[in-house]
Amino acid sequence: MIHARGLTRSFKIKGGAVEAVRGIDIDVEAGQLVAFLGPNGAGKSTSLRMLTSLLPPTSGSATVAGHDIVKDPGGVRARIGYIGQKNGSGENFRIRDELVSQGRCYGLSRAQARVRADEVLQQLDLASMATRKPGTLSGGQRRRLDIALGLVHRPDLLFLDEPSTGLDPQSRANIWEHILRLRAEHGTTLFLTTHYLEEADSMAERVIIIDHGKIIADGTAAQLKSDLAGDRIIVTFSSESDAVQAASIAERMTGTAPAVTAAPAAASTQAAVSAGAFAQTATPAGAFAQTAAAPAATAIADPVVSATVSAASASAVTDVAGAAVVVSAAVVQVRVAQAGAALPEYLRALEAAGVKAIAAETSRPTLDDVFLALTGRTLRESEATPVAEPAAV
Amino acid sequence: MPFVRDTVTIFQREIAPTLRDPLGLLFTMMQPLLFLFLFGPLLSGNTGLQEAPWQWFVPGILIMMCLSGPMMAGYFLLVELIGGAMERMLVTPISRTAMLIGRTLKEFVVLLAQAALIIGLSVPLGFRPNAAGVLAGLALLVIFGIGLGALSFVLAIASAPGGELFYGITQLIMFPLLLLSGVLLPIESGPAWLQTVAAFNPVTYIVDAERALFAGDLTSMSALYGLLAAVAVCAIGLTLGTRAMRRGI
Repeated sequence: MIHARGLTRSFKIKGGAVEAVRGIDIDVEAGQLVAFLGPNGAGKSTSLRMLTSLLPPTSGSATVAGHDIVKDPGGVRARIGYIGQKNGSGENFRIRDELVSQGRCYGLSRAQARVRADEVLQQLDLASMATRKPGTLSGGQRRRLDIALGLVHRPDLLFLDEPSTGLDPQSRANIWEHILRLRAEHGTTLFLTTHYLEEADSMAERVIIIDHGKIIADGTAAQLKSDLAGDRIIVTFSSESDAVQAASIAERMTGTAPAVTAAPAAASTQAAVSAGAFAQTATPAGAFAQTAAAPAATAIADPVVSATVSAASASAVTDVAGAAVVVSAAVVQVRVAQAGAALPEYLRALEAAGVKAIAAETSRPTLDDVFLALTGRTLRESEATPVAEPAAV
Repeated sequence: MPFVRDTVTIFQREIAPTLRDPLGLLFTMMQPLLFLFLFGPLLSGNTGLQEAPWQWFVPGILIMMCLSGPMMAGYFLLVELIGGAMERMLVTPISRTAMLIGRTLKEFVVLLAQAALIIGLSVPLGFRPNAAGVLAGLALLVIFGIGLGALSFVLAIASAPGGELFYGITQLIMFPLLLLSGVLLPIESGPAWLQTVAAFNPVTYIVDAERALFAGDLTSMSALYGLLAAVAVCAIGLTLGTRAMRRGI
């Protein structure tokens, strides 16, 4: 359905050019539901706008729904639906009129367009609002109207840019119900971007992660999580010496060397300084840890929490370099394939060695952990300092 | 003809809210009439204009409306650009040029209705139009207006997503274009430098042409220059407009 090769787009801004998308390759087969994930400014929307023929690529090529996006944009447009980030309906127009216009834009006759308008109104539970103007609808209803506009011509491939952003949980669930039903009933191929990691995780069968204009991961959510992040077991001890001993036991079990960090976490008022200290001692990936230390500075309230946060970052980061055991203060973190099975085993080994654990928990990775493992920062941090997408010149 | 069909599609979309809102339509029609009845008497009192002020004044009002109508089309486009409606339609296979022309045509239907009203009501006041000349004059305005509309779309596209540029430039050029064209007051009474500047204003030629045509002077040089100016504006507007649309928004 989608075959993109080396798709690149740069924008001119003051003092040079910004490469928003740097040579991405994407292949999507018919019937797939793909979530396209990345922080603001990563190049999601720009990629989508290229694939939908809205924006010509600076270089590279793509075939979408069997047609070349540069040589035959009309062929692409006739076969795809696109639901943008903003509301697609004009403020001055009645809802049904907009749907009829949309059908006419796709070349339907007036009679056909009217029939289709009524069908999609019905399909998205908007029939009672047909003569109203978009301004009178709720956020969820407006979003359903956007989807209705994208469905008028029965596309086989539908692009959705942040379909559920800004909606309350109930409306989000409702939008997803419609999206999934569309797929179940018509086998529509869906390619969507989302801010909500849990949505990508639970709904999409394939997740593509983009950062700084490049694709950095591609696979099922489960694959990405087990390959790139892994489960963790987190055990707290009453003293640092216990923790060090426990780490060497974990090391024997997993067969790797532990990454031991200094333990200044208790000095919570100097969290920023201690974060620096972490970074220097968090071997072997010092350069990565420099960025990973940032969250420690934000979690300053409770020493244990602080340690866990920084250790979690350090763990995920050092995972890239192969370390599976991380010690910070009195907390040991072990990365394992199956935390549920590994934890009892580990606790038995500790008991046999006479080391007393005072708390133990397991943690399943999220897609955020995957992003962290790949980039050294979390998606939420990246969101905090959004890079505005420059306009085309 | 897909192009004609696409133009009709956009035109129908744009005109529907106007037709569905009779009160708004009433106000739209009132505005030029107020101008006619409040400004006109002043003109006939101030007789620097010999004995036929209406002959001079009515084409002027039509051109003023022809300047503001297409600018409004640009404004509506800007609103849809800032929202998502424009993007939604650009993803459909509809012709880009048809999107421009359909929108301008809608402004023109309103404009032509206003023009008919003004001409009809000014005849009892002493306006003596030539029928063939009026038709030719209105056709000229349509050509000019489509070009202006397309230029205002280019400006709207360049101004998105903020829009400040659009408001700034339209405010800035509207009055010089009007004053330096002789729409409201005759250029001939101004100083030489002003007449020189006016010679570079395409609106000047349109105004002269309209006055000649409405007076029945269909074969005058004024009419020819006006036609050339209108065709030039139209060609430049459509070329730039279609290119701006193709480049991506």
